[in-house]
Amino acid sequence: MDFGIAILAVIVVVGVPSITVLYALATERVLQLVPVRRRAGLRPWLWLLPGFAFLIVFLVYPTVYTIVLSLMDRRSKSFVGFDNFLELFGQDKFWQAIGNSALWLVFFTGITLAFGLLIAVLTDRVRYETAVKALVFIPMAVSFVAAGVIWNFMYAFNPEIGTVNAATVALGGEPQPWLFEWPRNTFMLIIVGIWMWVGFAMVILSAGLKGISAELLEAARIDGATEIQVFRRIILPLLAPTIAVVGTTIVIVALKTFDIVYVMTGGQFDTQVIGTLFYQERFTNRDAGTAAAVAVLLLLTIIPVMIVNIRRQQAQEATR
Amino acid sequence: MTTLRTMDDSDAPAALERRWWSRVPLHAVLVIVSLIWLVPTIALLVSSFRPASDVNTSGWWNAFQLPFGFTIDNYADVLSSNNVGQSFLNSLFISIPATVIPIMVAAFAAYAFAWMEFPGRNALFILVVALLVVPLQSALIPVLQLTTTVGLTGTFPAVWLAHTGFGLPFAIFLLRNFFGALPKEMFESAYLDGASPTTAFFRLVLPLSVPAIASLVIFQFMWVWNDLLVALILVGGFPKVAPLTVTIANMAGTLGQSWHLLTAAAFVSMVLPLIVFFSLQRYFVRGILGGSIKG
Repeated sequence: MDFGIAILAVIVVVGVPSITVLYALATERVLQLVPVRRRAGLRPWLWLLPGFAFLIVFLVYPTVYTIVLSLMDRRSKSFVGFDNFLELFGQDKFWQAIGNSALWLVFFTGITLAFGLLIAVLTDRVRYETAVKALVFIPMAVSFVAAGVIWNFMYAFNPEIGTVNAATVALGGEPQPWLFEWPRNTFMLIIVGIWMWVGFAMVILSAGLKGISAELLEAARIDGATEIQVFRRIILPLLAPTIAVVGTTIVIVALKTFDIVYVMTGGQFDTQVIGTLFYQERFTNRDAGTAAAVAVLLLLTIIPVMIVNIRRQQAQEATR
Repeated sequence: MTTLRTMDDSDAPAALERRWWSRVPLHAVLVIVSLIWLVPTIALLVSSFRPASDVNTSGWWNAFQLPFGFTIDNYADVLSSNNVGQSFLNSLFISIPATVIPIMVAAFAAYAFAWMEFPGRNALFILVVALLVVPLQSALIPVLQLTTTVGLTGTFPAVWLAHTGFGLPFAIFLLRNFFGALPKEMFESAYLDGASPTTAFFRLVLPLSVPAIASLVIFQFMWVWNDLLVALILVGGFPKVAPLTVTIANMAGTLGQSWHLLTAAAFVSMVLPLIVFFSLQRYFVRGILGGSIKG
């Protein structure tokens, strides 16, 4: 067994990188075989080949094939048209998942952005900025799985174990089963997501904030603008493009939510979201058709964000 | 800007005092925010070092009363049983190639996108940007079928290859923007000196792009290390190759109330990302910025 691990370690640390380097060196050898005038035309394709091979095999083809599967039965044997979708639309659990994903979309995105902005703006004014930002950013480094364990522990019912219930009791309340009742449990899961992602929003917004000229802000203050006016009339409009970038990223995270729900409630107690419904259909119900249909619907909701990103990229390309 | 405020010197001390008071709410908010963000992690860390009997009967905040009863038994327990030790190694075996392969492959493609002329360059790059947001869920079922067909399901290479595919759009995007910003003259003089594009790539592009590559390495490593969905689907049923995330998710399902073990296992999974984060924070943040804001 130890011998196996040693071999594996060598493959992992030496073998894999060598193969990629050898490929690059081999490209010029291959080009030696073709006439000189063809080389410049052929070369870019050799450099693109491995990347696009991976993209096609692991993203393009599977996505297209998922669309095909969504039109087939549970064993992917026969064509059933839109039956999987119609069946989904007739099920309460589907609308439950859609409703929860909508809650994630609105509250997770909104609160994460608002908190990220608030912390970015507030830390900008104090000397211990770096320390606060590092603290808020830590959860970004942790897996959703670990975060799930952390917060299950926080939400534990026994006020002698769960921090949240201990605080509730200390404030004169009754201990609550935070994860059992809908819609409260979904909001409790959203809090975990917010805890993890505010750091991301904060870092980017803070960088955007540093890009706003200090003279401009100071001039407004000297002219008698209050801090709130400075924020609303200057900071907010100038940060708008950055907020849009962060917002689109977080919208994607919200729509793809899977790990937190999977680890903390397993989708029970009406906490199912689109991401976990997909998993349940495929692996608990063993219904590839319906699972694919869920995935297709998820993809459809993400297409607007995709279009926004492409537009943004083209606009940047124009200024390059 | 203080030099501009010389007209009303008599007001200055009063203004300063008003400022000091008005800043109290600011500090209060920041302290509260810091506490809220820190407490869950501290609770986990403290509990993971408390004996099982204590963890399950009294809150972690009681751990600071004398006499201290901290122990490393929980860690010894989870590392020797529950597959956590093996999973830690598996996570490493998964994460290292799943970081190296996509970044090298992405660097090749990014080099072509940034410094070579070919028909369809723009359209292909737009495809990469479009793929940036494709949800894993919409690709996973066929990928699982594919790995099963070729007999890779339940092996490390299945996860390496899948993560390479899924990580590539972001890696190509980030590196292409960075490579594209390198000075053109540098390539011209290199070619004049007879260097091939391959030489230019290894001798110029890669060394000059160390900051971008470093941030990408950290980003991809963290993403793979922390991934649950891909691992769950491709190697979830194979404890011998399952990474920490899968093992801990299973433990959370079966050992729900054994907090002393769960907290220790969770912390084992956090050690490496936290070390990477604290030592290389700068690069991590730069990776995030580079991917989101114009590179």
